[in-house]
Amino acid sequence: MSSILMHAPALVIALPLLAAFFTPILGRFNRKTISWLASFTLGLTLLLTLFIAKQVLTNGPIVYVFGGTEIGLTLPFGYTMPIRIIFQIDAMGIFMGLITAVVAFLAAIYSISYMEQHTGLDKYYTLLLLLATSMFGMELTGDIFNFFVFFEIASISSVALVAFRSTISGEPAEAGLKYMVVSSISALMVLFAIGLFYGQYDALNIATIASVMQFTQLDKIALILLVTVLSMKAGSVPMHMWTPDAYSEAPAAITMVLVAASQASLYALFRIAFSLYNVTLNTVTVGWIIIILGVLSMFIGVTIAIIQSDIKRLMAYHAISQTGYMLLGVGVGLAVLTNPAALESYGIKAMEGGIFHIMNHAMYKGLLFLTAGALFYRTGTRDLNKMGGLAHNMVYTAVFFIIGAAAIAGIPPFNGFASKLIIYESVYQFNPLLSIIAMLVSILTLASFVKVFHSAFLGPQLESYKSVQEVPKSMVLAMATLACIIVFFGLFPELIVKYIVHPAVMALIDQAHYTATILGGI
Amino acid sequence: MIGNFPFVTVIILIGLGIYSLLFKKNLIKIAIGLTLIESGVNLFLIALGFRKGAVAPIYTQAPEGVKMVLPTPQALCLTSIVIGVATTALVLSIIMIIYQRYGTINTDEIRRLRG
Amino acid sequence: MIGGMSRIVKTMTTLIFGFIMVYGFYVIAHGHLSPGGGFQGGAIVASAFALLLVTYGTNQIQSFLSKDLLSMLESTGLILFITFAFLGLGATFFYNFVSNSGGLFGSPTAIGVNPGDLNTGGTITLMNMAVGLEVLAALGVIVLTMSVASETIHKKEKQ
Repeated sequence: MSSILMHAPALVIALPLLAAFFTPILGRFNRKTISWLASFTLGLTLLLTLFIAKQVLTNGPIVYVFGGTEIGLTLPFGYTMPIRIIFQIDAMGIFMGLITAVVAFLAAIYSISYMEQHTGLDKYYTLLLLLATSMFGMELTGDIFNFFVFFEIASISSVALVAFRSTISGEPAEAGLKYMVVSSISALMVLFAIGLFYGQYDALNIATIASVMQFTQLDKIALILLVTVLSMKAGSVPMHMWTPDAYSEAPAAITMVLVAASQASLYALFRIAFSLYNVTLNTVTVGWIIIILGVLSMFIGVTIAIIQSDIKRLMAYHAISQTGYMLLGVGVGLAVLTNPAALESYGIKAMEGGIFHIMNHAMYKGLLFLTAGALFYRTGTRDLNKMGGLAHNMVYTAVFFIIGAAAIAGIPPFNGFASKLIIYESVYQFNPLLSIIAMLVSILTLASFVKVFHSAFLGPQLESYKSVQEVPKSMVLAMATLACIIVFFGLFPELIVKYIVHPAVMALIDQAHYTATILGGI
Repeated sequence: MIGNFPFVTVIILIGLGIYSLLFKKNLIKIAIGLTLIESGVNLFLIALGFRKGAVAPIYTQAPEGVKMVLPTPQALCLTSIVIGVATTALVLSIIMIIYQRYGTINTDEIRRLRG
Repeated sequence: MIGGMSRIVKTMTTLIFGFIMVYGFYVIAHGHLSPGGGFQGGAIVASAFALLLVTYGTNQIQSFLSKDLLSMLESTGLILFITFAFLGLGATFFYNFVSNSGGLFGSPTAIGVNPGDLNTGGTITLMNMAVGLEVLAALGVIVLTMSVASETIHKKEKQ
């Protein structure tokens, strides 16, 4: 058993892939078993990810080599070149991997009853398993071309899932086309930047490029391309146009996984800025660019969100706004990276707030999208003007919605309050104006969610919704798990920050440790 | 100077692709723009591996003491072409679905999702 | 396409499409020695399917080149591929457990100019065949589905 667990990093990729390839054959015989196979596989993957997390957080980064036993190839005249594809799992990578594992598992459980009446279910579960595989690959890899391949797999499977319901009406296809054009341009520009790196340094390994990086003119072009297209894929203003359409037209469980996929692109942006370039670039300039992107996203996201009448479109604009918080926190950390005194006093705290917010956002935004899916499942509409008085029938959904809305608005004792407080305190020491804008955005977030709760749940029971019941058990189970995680993170944030978030931040900042793990072995 | 010719072609191809992506109204022309950008990036990858006066990187029956072209960008380009096939197939299928539901492939009239 | 093409095109296609498929299988099988491999050979065989579809019309071809058969082939190819990847798990994932094991598969290839052994590719050749099977089935399904869909749209437009 321990020899199998030694291959855990490869099994995290291989098990969902194996299940994805078996699903069409299994779907031909029995339609009901494929949803159970997908949930079982993603549950196994969650256990493997927890095992790897425990190993990484106690022993240090793990390196796993694919296709050979050594990282490099030693030529006859003594020169060793790093040629194998490797997975380098440090604390930041496994942090994102944990988020992906939990979100994918709960999406499969939710879909057991949500997608039951749909035809073509074997394709749905194949695409969901492929999307989970590609997100794990993006977060755990140490090779930049391997990242590009998983990035493209993620974009193709998520576009096919966004356009999944186009047998009913035409809007999901339109949303899918917009998302595909944006994803395709992003991926091709990432490949162009990879070509620039390969042409100069003759290496595709992130640690190798980081150790020989001199910041030439071509590297500046590559940095501009990568920052632009990775924040375009993460959904930050002014490149956010695809986000409301794609998030609102996808099935509800898929929207939750799409949020995690956008955050995987955000993780790639941070990895490139911190581990690939580190202090060779002008950290103050790039940090301020990321801060400005974050502030624009926060403010514009929430002001457009207030006037929406479609519930999922409103939540998608809030997702853009919360991405701004993450960009703000990590941008402040990047801006003071070369200033050791400021880094010690508030830089690391700001990055901890930003990165903790990634996990919190996946949890409470996932819960909100699942409740919106539950409302759509029972009433058949997403329009807030038509809904009303549903708290009489759907008690569980209303309670989970209150927990999610309180978490996103930053009300104690839920987890949104913990990460937002860390961001407010540390960003205030950097520049007070940014912190005040962040607090204002939080107030507007609370206002728009009070509006949603009032329209959908409060009020007298409407005639057309008299026979509406609570949603099936598997959907309630998925929502309840997320609510428990939110309450737990809100009550004990110091535990999470000390054991999971702080090692992740230190792994990002410390580029020397990242390269020594690979190049020390050659 | 003449050695820079592939890279100039790359810039021209990517520029034409972005032009037809931004300014054309027909959905098929937008799909063609995507494939133009992809062709440009593939040409860039292949042109990176070229060395002057080198032969194909095959050891069997190669002449003695000769330089060889780098084989790694060829593998990268092949992966990119495969991904491009899957992307183009998906985009064209979605365009067919849009034509079936909306009745038109002019982007000025496919605007049901707004706000 | 509806109805198919003229008699000249049908005659030429009957003569040629077998050669195109054989050429495609040749490219798949020799992927580790000459330019080619799984994807390239699979795309060539799928273009033979596309030639058949264009020449004879969708209805006639669908009787023996159905979507179910191609879907089965695709799943077989994929499962074969991931099985070969898992079989190397003794050392690491995707390890080449066949090459350098003596006998037919030769000793490690010397670096530099040499005449070459019979098969030192190992799992590369087997994976090429699995990928070739999968690609020809997948591209065949795509071409078949687009052809059926465009005929449906065309029929609806005529009414």
